[in-house]
Amino acid sequence: MMPLSELRNQLHCEVYTGNEPLEEIHIQFGCASDLMSDVLAFSRAGAVLLTGLVNTQTVQTAFIAEISAIVFVRGKRPAADVVALANERRIPLLGTPYSMYESCGILYGKGLVSTMEPAVRGEHRVPK
Amino acid sequence: MVAPFSQSFTIEGRNFFNAGEASTEIKSILKELGIDAAVIRRTAIATYEAEMNVVMYASRATLTLNIVPEMIRIVVDDDGPGIPDIDLAMQEGYSTATPEMREMGFGAGMGLANIKKNSDQFTITSNVGIGTRLDIVIFIS
Repeated sequence: MMPLSELRNQLHCEVYTGNEPLEEIHIQFGCASDLMSDVLAFSRAGAVLLTGLVNTQTVQTAFIAEISAIVFVRGKRPAADVVALANERRIPLLGTPYSMYESCGILYGKGLVSTMEPAVRGEHRVPK
Repeated sequence: MVAPFSQSFTIEGRNFFNAGEASTEIKSILKELGIDAAVIRRTAIATYEAEMNVVMYASRATLTLNIVPEMIRIVVDDDGPGIPDIDLAMQEGYSTATPEMREMGFGAGMGLANIKKNSDQFTITSNVGIGTRLDIVIFIS
């Protein structure tokens, strides 16, 4: 569990949305993907989503999957329509200069666990 | 006890901008009815995946939501090209998506399998050249 305010500090994030008090949002899991199909299949409620995909469907997917916050990696900035939708859906949008790999490493090192716990991993079979 | 509820939605195909409107509205209806959060999440994910399939492959679909105290039932009827081999389409990773769909983060071949995963009962019927029907049931308790 990590307050979103601490996550912002760890990843040196810029915050693009303006409504939510970051210290009151507690992130329970981490997930990272540019594939929204995978986010829908393998994320859990209360997770932060790290992604390089910056469009309105990223926000829509996060809303449907009960993702608590989105972090755009590699300094990618969302357009105004993406920020507007996130404000409407009350999903904080942040941006980090770190790459996906570095961002995951930092958060994992600080104890933020994956959305794919071992039991969940076991359910997912690699296609033959 | 959850009050019975019924509503139909029209999903416009090939409109990525509005994709997710029906599932967003359904999510808010389920919240207002006081349905369990985990059931809402499963329903929203199954509906959103179904909606994205319509947006990607069909020009129009009708989504019918029926709620009774025991279950939520969602039926999606689209006018898309139909699926010649349903067993193949159900396999994770199988996809006929275009680059545009993939740019939006979809079309990874996970959609139908994920709808099934989030449903308690799932039936898919399809006629090539006519369309596809998804019948999704999620038990409330």
